[in-house]
Amino acid sequence: MNQAASHDPISGLVRMLGQPFVQHALLAGTAIALAAGLVGYFLVLRGQVFAGDALSHVAYAGALAALAAGVDLRFGLFAATVAVGLGLGLLGGRASADDVVIGTTFAWVLGLGVFFLAYYTRHSSGGNGTASVTVLFGSIFGISGSAALVAVLVAVGVIVALAAIGRPLLFASVDPAVAVARGVPVRLLGALFLGLAGVSAAEASQAIGALLLFGLLAAPPAAALRLTGRPWRALALSGLLAVLAVWIGLAVSYAAPKLPPSFTIMTVATLEYGLAMLAGRLPSRRPAAR
Amino acid sequence: MAGAFSPNPIADVQQLLSYHFMLNALRAGTIVAVLAGVIGYFMVLRRQSFAGHSLAVVGFPGAAGATLLGVSPVLGYFGFCAAGALLIAALPGGGRAIGNRGEESAVIGTLQAFALACGFLFVSLYQGFLTSLNDLLFGTITGVSDEQVLVLLLAGLACLAVLLVIGRPLLFASVDPAVARGRGVPVRLLSAAFLLLLGLAVAGTSQITGSLLVFALLVAPAATAARLTARPGLGIVLSVVIAVAVSWLGEAIAFYSPYPIGFWVTSLAFAGYLLATGYRLARDRAGDRA
Repeated sequence: MNQAASHDPISGLVRMLGQPFVQHALLAGTAIALAAGLVGYFLVLRGQVFAGDALSHVAYAGALAALAAGVDLRFGLFAATVAVGLGLGLLGGRASADDVVIGTTFAWVLGLGVFFLAYYTRHSSGGNGTASVTVLFGSIFGISGSAALVAVLVAVGVIVALAAIGRPLLFASVDPAVAVARGVPVRLLGALFLGLAGVSAAEASQAIGALLLFGLLAAPPAAALRLTGRPWRALALSGLLAVLAVWIGLAVSYAAPKLPPSFTIMTVATLEYGLAMLAGRLPSRRPAAR
Repeated sequence: MAGAFSPNPIADVQQLLSYHFMLNALRAGTIVAVLAGVIGYFMVLRRQSFAGHSLAVVGFPGAAGATLLGVSPVLGYFGFCAAGALLIAALPGGGRAIGNRGEESAVIGTLQAFALACGFLFVSLYQGFLTSLNDLLFGTITGVSDEQVLVLLLAGLACLAVLLVIGRPLLFASVDPAVARGRGVPVRLLSAAFLLLLGLAVAGTSQITGSLLVFALLVAPAATAARLTARPGLGIVLSVVIAVAVSWLGEAIAFYSPYPIGFWVTSLAFAGYLLATGYRLARDRAGDRA
């Protein structure tokens, strides 16, 4: 139905941008991606990518718990991710618990999500089976005007907060020991930051789903780190790459409606890393082989 | 989900076994639990649960793609998991737990999310996808065919036979790789062979618990056993017993309750792990006091 883009790219693009659902998706997607790319950079820099994994599991359980309780899905989503983010931050954040403990706990959290899903499908009048798919894999083309506005406001809040703590956070991330000695409240910063990461994870799961939020949170910063070694430049690049992934992904998905937008966005983000790896500087320190 | 629960346990079990699909689910569940209990024990010992998680995620697009092509998903699970295992074996790290080193975990997380996105694409290209998506990710007790049971039985027997041959040196190489290498044990070859076995075990387990919840049978029983005993032989037996119990109980409760198997197996497995951890703590404390 949307083959408009095939003949004349310009008028196809204009027609695409004239659609309200595309406008909402672009508006929300841009803000969400920018916040995710910026937060993701610090996540990778601080070696806290595992937190992204934790957040994606609780995002699923939290969103479905909210649905089962009969409230807005986003309420549970944000409550769960922010609580877990802050909790991880207060626990020290860097503490790498045993992967067996983590794996077992996360599997159970997902199992809880499945429970809430079944409860919700049994008790809601519509028997809405799409809820799980929406939470797991997002539905950015289905985002309403008001939801897009909320997503933008939240993303702007994240970016402003990150800008406020950016300088000391970078200091604390690169050299925590010196930062502590200089009186930087490293621990508080860490907790605040993971709280922000929780907010961005909840935002990202509205765009591409709880299972795939890694695509926005980890792939762009990993690519940016391949391209430049300078912190602020890498930070900006990471945000830019995330936004680019969303734009290209949305356009491709619009032109080829059979491809879901979460898939195309995720694919572009993965390709970005692949290209950055080929084009970027050779890694200065190779991970010890074997 | 089908029958009515009565206070008479014998009648309940008879009712359970009177359904052919339930019989198949229990057969498959038993085979898979034995396999997962044994292989999982080695996996936990070798600290490769991260590789197990990656393999499970890789199985999802395999199964979804096979469904899309009209082939049995069993083929997709086994094919993709085995291929993924060989790939991991070929990597320099050989599937060891990679800590939280920033970029490396970002890349692995990205690739996992990409695999999930591909699975989502295949499922959404395949019409009528809602239940099949949830079943692939979170497991189901219905729909295990006679043929599937046979394939699982053959794969399980083959894995156990191989493990019987390489079990002793594998245990040696897992506990103390340096000494084992010094004694001329082919550590690298063993590690590759084990990853392949792990891939097959993950593929089998996914068919019962779904791709996202394999840890319920693969990690939790082994971790529980490791809490209870340090002796490998006893540990493996315990791990198998726990996995089989979790699988049987989970399937039986799922049969009588409106909630899906994914929730029950993860909850049972997690509860077992918590109990064992509590027991261990209590015993250690008693030991300290004595």
